[in-house]
Amino acid sequence: MNAEFTQDAPLLDVQGLKTVIHLPDGAWPAVDGIDFTVQRGEVLGLVGESGSGKSVTGFSIVQLMDSPAEVIAGRVLFNNEDLRLASEERLRSLRGNRIAMIFQDPLMTLNPVLSIGEQMAEAILEHRDVGRQEALRAAADALVRVGISLPEARLRQYPHEFSGGMRQRVAIATAMLNAPDLIIADEPTTALDVTIQSQILFEVQKLARDSGTAVIWITHDLAVVAELADRVAVMYSGRIVEIGPVDEVLDRSRHPYTLGLLRSSAAMVEPGQRLNQINGMAPRIDARPSGCPFRTRCDRAMSICAEQDPTPTIDGRHGFRCHNPMPQRDAA
Amino acid sequence: MSETFFELRDVSRYFRSKPSLTQRIVTALGRTGPPPALRAVDDVTLRIRAGEVVGLVGESGCGKSTLARVATGILPPSAGEVFYKGRPVTELTGKDRLNYLLKVQMVFQDPYASLNPRMKVGQLVGEALRVHKLVPKNEVGERTRGVLKEVGLDLGYMDRYPHQFSGGQRQRIGIARALAVEPDFLVCDEPVSALDVSIQAQVINLFMDVRERRGLTYLFVSHDLGVVRHISDRVAIMYLGRIVEIGTAAELFAKPAHPYSQALIRAIPSAVTRRRRAFTPLKGELPSALSPPPGCAFHPRCEHAMPICREVRPPLVQISPDRSAACHLHSTSESV
Repeated sequence: MNAEFTQDAPLLDVQGLKTVIHLPDGAWPAVDGIDFTVQRGEVLGLVGESGSGKSVTGFSIVQLMDSPAEVIAGRVLFNNEDLRLASEERLRSLRGNRIAMIFQDPLMTLNPVLSIGEQMAEAILEHRDVGRQEALRAAADALVRVGISLPEARLRQYPHEFSGGMRQRVAIATAMLNAPDLIIADEPTTALDVTIQSQILFEVQKLARDSGTAVIWITHDLAVVAELADRVAVMYSGRIVEIGPVDEVLDRSRHPYTLGLLRSSAAMVEPGQRLNQINGMAPRIDARPSGCPFRTRCDRAMSICAEQDPTPTIDGRHGFRCHNPMPQRDAA
Repeated sequence: MSETFFELRDVSRYFRSKPSLTQRIVTALGRTGPPPALRAVDDVTLRIRAGEVVGLVGESGCGKSTLARVATGILPPSAGEVFYKGRPVTELTGKDRLNYLLKVQMVFQDPYASLNPRMKVGQLVGEALRVHKLVPKNEVGERTRGVLKEVGLDLGYMDRYPHQFSGGQRQRIGIARALAVEPDFLVCDEPVSALDVSIQAQVINLFMDVRERRGLTYLFVSHDLGVVRHISDRVAIMYLGRIVEIGTAAELFAKPAHPYSQALIRAIPSAVTRRRRAFTPLKGELPSALSPPPGCAFHPRCEHAMPICREVRPPLVQISPDRSAACHLHSTSESV
């Protein structure tokens, strides 16, 4: 049976996505064949360290990878439409409308020479047949929703007049303007303080709950994901090494890397005790080991790990790629 | 009586922007005063005992990095006094001053910006030894190799340049450079914030190992409350240039007394205890340090604010044997 016609066909269905970086000595895979789905209204946490391919995944979905990077394989089905086959014109009508992006640095999104009102209205007028006044009203409403008071005055201001946290809230309000089906947020709170982060997580939760917007939240912070996401995908060296519902992945981790990340948190040991560190560091994109890319740092590695790349194992809604996974555990 | 190992007494540090030509003319004509000073650190007293790890936390702009720079002597205080082993550092001269500057070392947040890109690792780590002739010339290499080994760096790296290293390795180089001159006090300004999660744990372990081996004292500045709670004996929380609460790490995190500490601790995400919780955000924005609110600087965001909070700045008072807080909720009952 074709899953696309079942009732809960996913909003986004990524299959075999592969993005390479072309360098003089070869094409190195930044994203190396990943599969995942996102349902309507679902928050998926995409977790990984620098160089894991998490941001490249986000950019590849909306076909925003420029040379020397190139998406060379896979399907990105958004509402059953393959975005890899879509024309640039079609992509433009989707981006900022049905799919919105939020970046780590809001100054990347905001135009410094346009007032907040002008650029927010533009995002509406580009995609909808409404008047300018109506667009500005919608923009003011969106600002209120992200906790910005006196929205009319704020709309007349310019990005430099806002603090970092306020700018990020403007970026989020802009992303929300056209009630998109999907928001891809790339480390949107990493540069912010914890109290502002918690304000923004609060808004995102509300948005997903109230308007059915699906969210891909890209971050290095497992703790944020634990509190925000419904499902989590853990990336390492361009692959998804573990994916599943948050409670499954965090409480019953099967991949040693996921467990290692969790156990390295200061919250996992008594104050003053040594932290459980993962030794070594992630391999460079052009120097990944044979077989499983994590094996050189893994204390459960066996000889097969050097020889064969582990294929995905699916256990219900929980998937992982490991030759010697952590044994199945009951909930603590 | 045992002297305090290190003390910041009533220390303030102001920054004043350089007035523009127009401002200078207007001021010269007597129409307006000088531009307002930014009070980055505002009347802070902090005592640190030998062998102790004091964590200093707060959000961007609260003055924690400025306080760290004042402690190391990189910035002089605008008011107040810094004491090292009982002696005010402004009175130190010659050898004594050099001794203070060498014994109090700093580890910086950005291991990319704090290492000279044109020096090899061996030179970087051994530079202070050579310049100040701390060891005979022929022993510089040996001491350098010793500290590199101590921080877990391969000795083959001596002849490499900083750009050839990852962030975690660069931070190890920064720590080795600080340790080379045998300090007794390390001031660490966000030393793991720029590092990847799996590397953070390695560097935190290194800090704890080094402290145990060398019996060092740390002032550990960070916005990451989880890290600070883990490594610190005592914790001070800063808001808009002032310490609003200080106490033992265990007690303060278990039962924060100041409403700002409470909000901050509530906002820490946790992978262990909380899932898909409803966030209860702290309202409002951090006010500008150029024009802090009158009274208690936190009152516009505080759910417990009373009339007195808008008028009178609460002093930092002792509320239990090992805890002080600057909040009228706690000070009124005692002072009445």
